[in-house]
Amino acid sequence: MLNDILPILGTMLMYSAPLIFGALGGVVSERSGVINIGIEGMMTFGAFMGAAVGYYSGNPWIGFLAGGVAGALLSALHAIASISFNADQTISGIALNLIGPGLSLFLCRVMFSDQTVTYPVQNKLPKVFGSIDITVVIALVLTAFIWFILYKTKWGLRIRAVGEHPAAADTLGVNVYAIRYVSVILSGLLSGFGGAAMTLAVVSQFSPAAISGQGFMALAAVIFGKWTPFGAYGACLLFAFAQALTVNLGGVNFVPSEILNMLPYVLTIVILVLFVGKSVAPKADGVPYEKGMR
Amino acid sequence: MKKLLSIFLIILITSSLSACSWNDPQATSDDGVFKVTMVPDLGGINDQSFNQSAWEGLQKFKSEQQNVEVSYMESKQSSDFALNLDRLSDGNYDLIWGIGFSMSDAVYDTAKINLDKNYAIVDYSYGNETPNNVTGVMFRSQESAFMVGYVAAKTTKTNKIGFVGGMKNSIIYQFEYGFKAGVLYAAKEMGKGIEVVSQYAESFTDAAKGKAIASKMYSDDCDVVFHAAGGVGYGVIEAAKDKNKFAIGVDRDQSSIAPDNVLTSALKNVGQAVDLVSKRIMNGESLGGTTQTFGLKEGCVGIPVKNKNMDPQIYNETIRLSQSIVDGNIKINNKEITIPYDYPSYLEYISTFS
Repeated sequence: MLNDILPILGTMLMYSAPLIFGALGGVVSERSGVINIGIEGMMTFGAFMGAAVGYYSGNPWIGFLAGGVAGALLSALHAIASISFNADQTISGIALNLIGPGLSLFLCRVMFSDQTVTYPVQNKLPKVFGSIDITVVIALVLTAFIWFILYKTKWGLRIRAVGEHPAAADTLGVNVYAIRYVSVILSGLLSGFGGAAMTLAVVSQFSPAAISGQGFMALAAVIFGKWTPFGAYGACLLFAFAQALTVNLGGVNFVPSEILNMLPYVLTIVILVLFVGKSVAPKADGVPYEKGMR
Repeated sequence: MKKLLSIFLIILITSSLSACSWNDPQATSDDGVFKVTMVPDLGGINDQSFNQSAWEGLQKFKSEQQNVEVSYMESKQSSDFALNLDRLSDGNYDLIWGIGFSMSDAVYDTAKINLDKNYAIVDYSYGNETPNNVTGVMFRSQESAFMVGYVAAKTTKTNKIGFVGGMKNSIIYQFEYGFKAGVLYAAKEMGKGIEVVSQYAESFTDAAKGKAIASKMYSDDCDVVFHAAGGVGYGVIEAAKDKNKFAIGVDRDQSSIAPDNVLTSALKNVGQAVDLVSKRIMNGESLGGTTQTFGLKEGCVGIPVKNKNMDPQIYNETIRLSQSIVDGNIKINNKEITIPYDYPSYLEYISTFS
């Protein structure tokens, strides 16, 4: 029995790590009132920079950090557009999803003799407890950390206040713009980590399809998890569990693999309807804040 | 002021429009230069895979022929395929290539409108519906899959081998059943039973899923896994690296991804086919309306010459086997066989053993 469960758990953890980073990024940004659908783009750019810097430095940790910084840089664009210039946050997010892969591909060609895939990194991020990627542990620690920040610190209270009612927060002397800037950039950092977790732990190089839909799954996990760190974490684990189940049940002939591969989506819908119930976004999510606005 | 500006702009725009059509003389194809162009699939021409191979084929074509010009036009997204083909059709090209089956609709539609142009498409056959100005180019990938299946069966110590497919379609079936046939062939030759487990990822991009599937196969005692799954394959090879087992690459020599763990690769030399077909069309052969298939015989599929993880003895045996495939005298129980490319032909293949 244990021998059946362990591989499923192993696959689940491997699958979930990049999603969790992206979902945490989404939570932080949306709690401050800025919709961030650009997670996919930031993850892609983070995935590329992680693999590229990991290759050139020979150190996966420097690569991992570089992936985060790359995501943060990209999210800064989103912050400027949507916070300072009150642009539509959805459109700005879509722009990130276009810029991320485009920029990655362009830089890849410049840095890797005109190829669209990077060379494999010499050293990957280490594994713990035998075969579990260290990113799995980092993801859990970060989830707890973000939860602590959001619910147990003054800063977290301000982030949530700004996301619910920025005008009220502003009257009480909270700098709405600064809080949102920090949150969005933090969100980019986390998403970038997610991308790097993909190219430095799951595989060992960047290819144009390295991030294909993970950012959107992370976004779904944010909503599924009701905009809370542990909720999003659980949602990511659930998606990953469903994928792991698909993989481990696959290869048998009596169930067509097309049917089996619907499992994650069916499971998601069932759980959403039966257990999760209504999830309510932060009130000011997606609304640009202008001083004096009521 | 505003009115003046808008009038000025209107004049500017209309004049630039007309300038376009004026400065675009429809040069005829009879200028003595044979012009070939191609629209690569989304990876772009440096994807280290079949787009790159196709472009190298065109460059080879150019270097070997007189009065030839070659070019390409990349697409940012798949909705640009039709647009780019359309744009190229307005130029004075003698042959326009679409690289990859995802371009099949775009090539078909464009060819139907521009009846005076020649088109060719890689990895797709329209069968009886092929328009008279389109040449389909297909590969007998089952032949290279057969070879790597033979290698896998000769290499395995656990007598269990895995196959990871991308999505179920006729191209991937060529790999799956060719591979299984090769394994079976070697198993009979050695007089032992070897099991092949196969699983589809239902994706060509999800590397994590490829890694999960391959990891599972390796834990279940497989020691060689062959993939025909595009981007999913990066995960398969990664799993081989993690578990220190063997993976078999596809389309190009993938040994650079994991030098110690890639046993060999089932090559698909798109460039060779592009070169051959371009040459024949240039020499006036009318290939329109047909589908050309290329395999071992034409040098369009095969395995790499250098395989540092493969026993040289096995390599020699495999090359000998490939020669008999080329010569068409590969036999089981004194019956000549064709290498299976789908499920029905595989059943037929199995029946020759009994």
